[in-house]
Amino acid sequence: MKNAANARKPENPARPPCNIVVAGLGGQGVLTATDIIAEVALRAGLDVKKSEIKGMSQRGGSVTCDVRFGAHIHSPMVPVGEADFLLALESSQLEPTRHLLRPGGLTIEPSAIDADKLPQKKMLNVALLGALSAHLPMAEEEWLAAIGDAFAPKFLEENRRAFLLGRAAQEKSPHASPA
Amino acid sequence: MHDEKRMLLSGDEAIALAAWHTGVALGTGYPGTPSTEILENFSKLGGSAQWSPNEKVALEVGIGAAFGGARAMVTMKHVGLNVASDPLFTVAYTGVTGALVIVSADDPGMHSSQNEQDNRHYAVAAGVPMLEPSDSQEAYDFMRAAVEISERWNIPVLLRATTRVCHSYTVVRPQAERETPKAAHFARDLKGRVMVPAYARPAHRRLRQKLAEIAAWNETCPLNQAVPGGKALGIIASGISFMHAREAAPEAALLKLGFTHPLPLRKIQEFAAGVERCLVIEEGDPYLVEAIRAAGISVGGKPEMYRFGELDVARVRRILREDTSPEPAPPPGKPPQLCDACSYRIVFDALHRLNCIVAGDIGCYTLGALKPYEAMDSCVCMGASVGVGLGLRRVLPPEQACRVVSVIGDSTFIHSGISGLVEMAYNPPPGGHVVIILDNSTTAMTGHQEHPGTGRNLRHEPAGKLVLEDMARACGIRRVQVIEPRAGSDAFEHALSGALKSRQLAVLIARRPCVLIAKDLKEYEKRCQCQETGEPCPAAV
Repeated sequence: MKNAANARKPENPARPPCNIVVAGLGGQGVLTATDIIAEVALRAGLDVKKSEIKGMSQRGGSVTCDVRFGAHIHSPMVPVGEADFLLALESSQLEPTRHLLRPGGLTIEPSAIDADKLPQKKMLNVALLGALSAHLPMAEEEWLAAIGDAFAPKFLEENRRAFLLGRAAQEKSPHASPA
Repeated sequence: MHDEKRMLLSGDEAIALAAWHTGVALGTGYPGTPSTEILENFSKLGGSAQWSPNEKVALEVGIGAAFGGARAMVTMKHVGLNVASDPLFTVAYTGVTGALVIVSADDPGMHSSQNEQDNRHYAVAAGVPMLEPSDSQEAYDFMRAAVEISERWNIPVLLRATTRVCHSYTVVRPQAERETPKAAHFARDLKGRVMVPAYARPAHRRLRQKLAEIAAWNETCPLNQAVPGGKALGIIASGISFMHAREAAPEAALLKLGFTHPLPLRKIQEFAAGVERCLVIEEGDPYLVEAIRAAGISVGGKPEMYRFGELDVARVRRILREDTSPEPAPPPGKPPQLCDACSYRIVFDALHRLNCIVAGDIGCYTLGALKPYEAMDSCVCMGASVGVGLGLRRVLPPEQACRVVSVIGDSTFIHSGISGLVEMAYNPPPGGHVVIILDNSTTAMTGHQEHPGTGRNLRHEPAGKLVLEDMARACGIRRVQVIEPRAGSDAFEHALSGALKSRQLAVLIARRPCVLIAKDLKEYEKRCQCQETGEPCPAAV
C-alpha cells in the first residue's frame, strides 16, 4: 500500500468519508470511471454512495459524478468544498468544479498523464484512475479487477497498461497538482 | 471477499429488483428521467415490462392487471403523473384486487425536466398511501412494502422517489427469494369498479375509511424510524433530505418518515414534544411542515428560498442556522447541445432562417431553443406544441400567424400530440398550420427507448408499428410530406417554406434515425429479420 500516509483511512469510523468528484463532458467516460471507483470501494467492504446526473447532460454538456466511501455514508452528494479528490477528464472542466474541492484537496487532471504513452486515447479515464489509485488505500489488484469487469475482455491488457501508466506517474510526484 | 448479497444499486435498479422479487406480473410506464431505468432493469431481470404510449395508458393497463388480481407496477417521472392523474383519482375509489404501485420519480432542481412539481401533493389529493425511500436499500424495501400495503388494503400506493434516490447508487442487501403471488383471476365486482355516481359515492366513503385505518396502522409502522440524539434539536425529514440532515446535524435527534401519507401524527407529536427545537427538513414544497402544523403541532420549517432546487448538506446546514443570505452561484459548466451530426440541426437552421414562431415540445430538440439556433418560442409540456401553435395561429395578426410552426418529436407526438392533430383538422386556423414531426426513430433524450412508431417493443423486439404519416392522414391532414433532412441539401427548408405559403394544414415528417443509435438499429433490424425467417440470428451474441 504505497502513499498510504497521504490517503484517508476510510476503515476508521471516526474518520470522515473519502469524497471524490469526477468531472468531464458527456461521452468521455465520467460515469464509467466513477463506477469503477465505487466498485473498488464496495469490494473493500466499505459503505459506498455514488450520485450522477443523467438526462440533458448526456448531450455533450458538463457532467459531474460524486462518489463517497467510508464506514458509513449518509448524503450521496459530495458537499461543496469537501471533495478530497477532483478527477477531471477534461481540463476545461476544472474551473467549473474547483469549488467542490476541500482546502488541500488534490486535483488529478489530463496533464498528469503522458498522452503519447496511452495505449488508446479514450483510455484517459482509466489512466486517471491509476493516478487516483496511488492516493487511496485499496490494493492495485482490486482496481485492476474492477477495471477488467467494466470493459470488454479484449481491452484488458491495454487498460491495465493505461492504469499503471497513471499510477506510476502519481507515485513519482504525488503532489503533482495540489489545489 | 465479495459478498454476492451486497450489491451497489441505483434506486431505480433497486425498485426493479424488488418488483421482480415480489412477483410483479406486469410493469408499464413511459420513459422519463429519472424513472426510465426501472422498467428497463425489471425487463432485464426477466420481468414482463412494456412502454405505453403515455403514462395515462400505462396506468390504465396497470389498473386492469390489478383488477385481475395481479401485482402491477407503473413507472413515470413526476410530470407523467399529471398525464396519469385522471385514472389515479378514480382508481383510489375503486381500489384494486391485486397490488398496484405507482412509482413517481420527481426531479427537484430540474436536472432534466420542465418543472419541479412536488408529487407528494398527489397522494393527498387523490387519497392514496405514499412511501418515500431515502436510498437504494429503502427503494428496495419500500417497493416490497408498497406491494404488501396495496394488497392488504386493496388500494393503489404511490412510491415517490427523487432524482438523488433514483440515480444514486448505494449498497443494497436484498431480502429473500422471489415470491409467487396468487394467480390472476377475474372476480366480478360491479359496484366496486363501475364508478357511476350511485356506486362512486359509497366508494369515496370506503376510501376515506381505508385511509383512516392506514393512518392508525402507520403510527407503529416500521417504515418510520426515530434516530436517537440530543434533546436540543429534533429534525423531521423524509426521502433524501433525511440523508442530508443526518450528515449536517449528527448530534440531532431525527424522526425519519418513510410512510408520508397518511401521516403518523401521534408519533410526530411525541417526537416534537421530546425536543427543545423541532425542525422539518424537506425538499420542495412545504408539504410535511404544513400538514404537521395543521395538526396543531408546533414545528419550524425552512425559509422560502430553500423551496427552490435540491437540498444538499450545505443547504441543510444553512437552514439549521436560519441563514437566508444569498447562496453562492456555482460556476457555469458547458451546456448540452444537439449532437454534431444530428439531423435536427438542419430543421432548426431552416426555422431560424425562415424567422418562424416555433411552438416547441419536450425532447432533445428542446435544445433548439439554445444558441446558435434560438429557434423555439415555447415549451410547456409533452404534446403542447400542437395546441399552443394552433392557439397562436388563431389570435395573431396574419403577418405573424403565417409564421407559426409546431415542432414535436416522434415519441412525444405519439405520447400526446395526436389529439392536437385531431384538433387541428377539426378547428383549422384560417391561414392553415404546419406541424413538424421530428422522427429520429427513438425516444432519444431519456436514453433511446422504443415507442409505438419504431415498430419495436421495450426489449427491441418486433412489435406493431404506428406509421406517423398514415396517422396524420387519418386525422384529416391532406398535406403530409416525409423528408430526410441532409446536410448540404435545402430540401427540408424548401418543403417548410412551401407548406407555410400553402396556407393548408400540413404535417412535415423530418425522418432520420438518431446518430447515436445507428449501430444498435442495424442489430435490431437483423434480429427482426431472423425472427421472421426463423433462421439462427447472427446478431444474437
